[in-house]
Amino acid sequence: MTETRTNIIEAINLRKAYNGFVAVDGVSFNLLKGECLGLLGPNGAGKTSTIRMLYGFSPMSGGILRVFGNDIEVGLRQIKSRLGVCQQENNLDPDLSVLENLQVFARYFNIPRKETRDRALQLLKFIALDHRKDDKVMSLSGGMMRRLVLARALINNPDLLILDEPTTGLDPQARHQVWERLEMLRANGLSILITTHYMEEASRLCDRLIIMDQGKILVAGEPADLIEQYAGDHVVEIVNPDDEVRELVESRGFMHDSLEHRIIIYGKKAERLFEVVGEQFCRQTCVKRMASLEDVFLRLTGRELRE
Amino acid sequence: MIKKLPVANISLRFIRVWSRNLTVYKKIWLVNFLVPLFEPLLYLAAFGVGLSTFIEKVPYHGKDLPYLDFIAPALIAITIMYNAFFENTYASFVRMYYQKTFDAIMATPLSLEDVITGEIVWGATKALIATVIMLAVISLFGLVSYPEGLLILPLAFLGGLFFGTVGMSFTGVIPSVDMFNLPIFLFITPMFLFSGTFFPVSGLPQWAQTLSTVFPLTHLVDLSRALCQGNLQPGLLWSVLYLMLSTAVCFPLALILMRRRLIQ
Repeated sequence: MTETRTNIIEAINLRKAYNGFVAVDGVSFNLLKGECLGLLGPNGAGKTSTIRMLYGFSPMSGGILRVFGNDIEVGLRQIKSRLGVCQQENNLDPDLSVLENLQVFARYFNIPRKETRDRALQLLKFIALDHRKDDKVMSLSGGMMRRLVLARALINNPDLLILDEPTTGLDPQARHQVWERLEMLRANGLSILITTHYMEEASRLCDRLIIMDQGKILVAGEPADLIEQYAGDHVVEIVNPDDEVRELVESRGFMHDSLEHRIIIYGKKAERLFEVVGEQFCRQTCVKRMASLEDVFLRLTGRELRE
Repeated sequence: MIKKLPVANISLRFIRVWSRNLTVYKKIWLVNFLVPLFEPLLYLAAFGVGLSTFIEKVPYHGKDLPYLDFIAPALIAITIMYNAFFENTYASFVRMYYQKTFDAIMATPLSLEDVITGEIVWGATKALIATVIMLAVISLFGLVSYPEGLLILPLAFLGGLFFGTVGMSFTGVIPSVDMFNLPIFLFITPMFLFSGTFFPVSGLPQWAQTLSTVFPLTHLVDLSRALCQGNLQPGLLWSVLYLMLSTAVCFPLALILMRRRLIQ
């Protein structure tokens, strides 16, 4: 089917500058229908700035941005009526109950009152909060609030869901609760754009990833391909390596990162890293593991602290 | 990018913001009703019983007016000012800054201008509701002449719109919620005292009289007093026009300042 190849988002050379600071510096990407696209990057990489332009929160400084085929500068209202947005901060309405939060939000989309209640109750069931429908939102836990924000973003049956760090600050249980819901939505064919700095989240949910830093796109691709290309297959980490190890790595030309007290060696499948390096040098503090997205991320964006 | 006029971004969806605030208001309607219900009683008791033993009559348009008749309409005007101004300063600021309610709404088909318009119209509505209650109480004392007194209701809405747009303009520039003390001290309190509210402006020095004609509250008080007295004169239209023009200036100003504050 060619229909599945429809562009939901088309961003060409997107730029955002304010107060003399360039937050987004010529970013181009697209999101296809039914796809879950992840924007990864350290703090200040320009992820949030990029998606804030998508829902008209901050005007673009340059470039072209089309959502559902409409130019964002012309058809913003129409575009927003088909979006579901989970902003980074929990901005639930503390003056209203759990159910009212959904009902009042539905009014903003001109959803008829009769439909609203059923839809709201259905969504509360989906996020397993139907037993708390009359409670004040401030009495909910962080994870519950996050799920309610998700339900609120779904009240208009959106064609594109935008999630800005949906699980930041949640405990593992709450995080998995959110992921499960997102996986269900994804399975139903909803197009999703997500920003995160949790690699596990990105590799679990996303079909395709974009890694950003300092307002630019570093790489883009499917998670497995990115791992293979930038971190290989197997990883051996040796703490306080001796010169022998370093010499071996250099002579064999292994992909590696040499830190002060640690060497991280990345090997492709054929390089049989565990046998070649592992058996000989893994005596004490040494880790043998599979390469992960975190390796890719750190290799591309560096290991220095941000901010 | 073509710069659109801020008012061009307003749609009828602003009513959704208004109705959100109404939903919240109705939750504690009793508390919301108590203030306009009892406040005039307190004022009338203090000034009417306490002070009017010293001041029996106040000159008004060549007549002598009993002191209660003089201040009752001013209390209505002050209520209009307070309700709209406080709603669009403190209450709007809390929704914007602490609750991030505006952020959430702006991710829906509503524009920032819809949100701000809804907030201002809501502030005027709140002023109107308070006026209805207060007018009823004051009427029980026989201090309002009807049917002219009914015109106080549209006046309350107009006055509410004006003080709401002024309040919202301050909300657009104020760095923190505590700083609202400043516009209240510089703008609201002088008007509260020197707009012909508790004593006639004619008792003031000439320069102060001139200054007080600039005060929008002076015009609101004049109109309210004339309507309570059933004393309608063509000259009052200038006061209506003054309030309308001031609103027409402050409304786009509020939109511009809020856009500058929230959209980066």
